[in-house]
Amino acid sequence: METVVFLISAAVILSGALGVIFSKNPVHSALFMVQTLFGVAVLFILLEATFLAAIQVIVYAGAIVILFVFVITLLGVDRAEDLQVEPISGQRPLAVVLGASIFGIILTVLIAGVGGPTGVREANTSIGDANDNTRILGEALFSTKVFSVELTALLLTVAVVGAVVLSTRPTKPLISTLEEHQNDAVEDELEEKGGE
Amino acid sequence: MIITTTWYLLLAAILFSIGTTGLLVRRNPLIMFMCIELMLNAVNITFVSIGSHLNDLGGQLAVFFVLVVAAAEVVVGLALVVAIMRRRSRTNADDLKILGG
Repeated sequence: METVVFLISAAVILSGALGVIFSKNPVHSALFMVQTLFGVAVLFILLEATFLAAIQVIVYAGAIVILFVFVITLLGVDRAEDLQVEPISGQRPLAVVLGASIFGIILTVLIAGVGGPTGVREANTSIGDANDNTRILGEALFSTKVFSVELTALLLTVAVVGAVVLSTRPTKPLISTLEEHQNDAVEDELEEKGGE
Repeated sequence: MIITTTWYLLLAAILFSIGTTGLLVRRNPLIMFMCIELMLNAVNITFVSIGSHLNDLGGQLAVFFVLVVAAAEVVVGLALVVAIMRRRSRTNADDLKILGG
């Protein structure tokens, strides 16, 4: 049973991940990413991390992907990327080689560690089963890890303030692009001539 | 066939490699962000499976904080993309070379 669930969710995850990087349309990529995230949530349930599975669906599929879709619609959905042209020559083969070599390195480590990962099993704390996973996680978060929780609260506040600052329309341009710079130079010249 | 922790780690490795390749291949900043999310998810699978293997709650706690950081990163990153795309119409990572000064 566990084997079947794992194999199906692995197929769902990997096909979704391939769909993300091969879709021309960004909206399709976002939908394929939802597929991958749901597969990961199923794996979390399989590993008896039920709270994280719920959070995965709510935060990732519910909030982050929606944010992606909002931005895609804001920027225009008709910007399908032409995957045939290769802007920098030799970039794609190099990227595939790099990805494959990262996979090879991890695979080597996995093969070298025959019999699976080793380590000292934690004896005092229990991660609990599916039923009391949320309670145990909550107790740990708000007792021993409470400082980290406060830090993440600070991080989220900074992120929200940063997003608001970045998305407010400045009254005058903060940076001038190259064309504007040239335009400014032309205008300056005209002004100088006019002054003369 | 019994699914051991090694299978989860193998799946996470494949997912991470797909994310890395996509990040390097694609030019659209939005899809590059999605590839980063894929890589973060691969790491999350690793954390949870190792935590379950060693009977340690630390794995799940790490995933919790990774989720928070991922949310914050996406918010700021997408705000940056929107701010840049207001000034330049094309959505392409190559156009961001003007940020070099």
